[in-house]
Amino acid sequence: MNPNYYVVLAAILFAIGIVGFLVRKNALVLFMSVELMLNACNLLLVSFSRVHGNLDGQVASFFVMVVAAAEVVVGLSIIVMIYRVRHSANVDNENLLRY
Amino acid sequence: MTTLLVPLVTGGAVAFWICGPIMVAAALAMILFRKAVYSALSLALVMVNLAIIYASQDAPFLFAVQIIVYTGAIMMLFLFVVMLVGVDNTESMVEKVQGHTVASVLAAVGAFILLASFVGSSLVPGAVGLDGANAQYGGNVQGLAALLFGKYVFAFEATSALLITAAVGAMVLAYAERLKPKLDQKARAKARIEDYATNGVHPGPRPSSGVYARHNSITSPALLPDGTVSEDSVSPVLVQRSGLADAESLGAPAKKAFAALDTTQGADEEEL
Repeated sequence: MNPNYYVVLAAILFAIGIVGFLVRKNALVLFMSVELMLNACNLLLVSFSRVHGNLDGQVASFFVMVVAAAEVVVGLSIIVMIYRVRHSANVDNENLLRY
Repeated sequence: MTTLLVPLVTGGAVAFWICGPIMVAAALAMILFRKAVYSALSLALVMVNLAIIYASQDAPFLFAVQIIVYTGAIMMLFLFVVMLVGVDNTESMVEKVQGHTVASVLAAVGAFILLASFVGSSLVPGAVGLDGANAQYGGNVQGLAALLFGKYVFAFEATSALLITAAVGAMVLAYAERLKPKLDQKARAKARIEDYATNGVHPGPRPSSGVYARHNSITSPALLPDGTVSEDSVSPVLVQRSGLADAESLGAPAKKAFAALDTTQGADEEEL
């Protein structure tokens, strides 16, 4: 199977992740968009691993998963903390750093 | 994995053309759903399909890790936080900046063209395949292990430090100090009596929900002696979710039956 198809699929998923991150206002959905972009990159890493015939790409993809897990844990606890103070998960409400 | 199912169609191609469109549709659904729960479930669908594509690309270890770590752990964490932060928290779609959505979509389309054309054009058609690399240590998992504990062992150790830091960070961030003392039974009883003394709020338990001829669920409101609805008899959470049930229509069958009974009784008495 031509690896170009996988590149296009990963690019589509990444672009959808960009739209979600820019347009949505719920902090949780923003986080999910970031996860989608990470997954698109993982797909590329796995595809290129097959293109080049070595397993380094798959190891990189594995490391991306580990980092994503750590990032999600910290990010979600920040969201919970903000929600506890502001009673909202809307990122438009968080403007204290502007002033 | 170049076994041909039908002439010129490999298993990888079948997996790609089935899972690819589902993934794109689910990803679009994720950013279009207004409720965060639906978004999380759509993202889980994307991840499961991605795992199938990994399996078709000679990555059985990543197939399992994708399902266990991403779909199992990360998405469930998302769902837990959605539950904490509020399922009914629908966001407003009002733009703070004029033309924000259009500009975002344009930027994403630009990024897509850039990625697809430049990364795609650097590829030579055809892939080497992983059969050789997988066979070197006797399998995909063994090959990955040889890399992880050989060439990448320091990166692997660093990730353990990262995970410990993340766990500690989550505990520190999620910890909330108790600002008010915990209310015990005595304090609550005192507060209730004080509320009765100052505001005249009834200190006893709230009335139970209404019992009708055909309904006795906790959503049916009780009636006061004068026939009006007692708002206290239904939990405010239920009222918020589905509104207060109409006591008139709940009691209608019983009233109808009594009316019918009255007329037949009247007729019987006339006959006697």
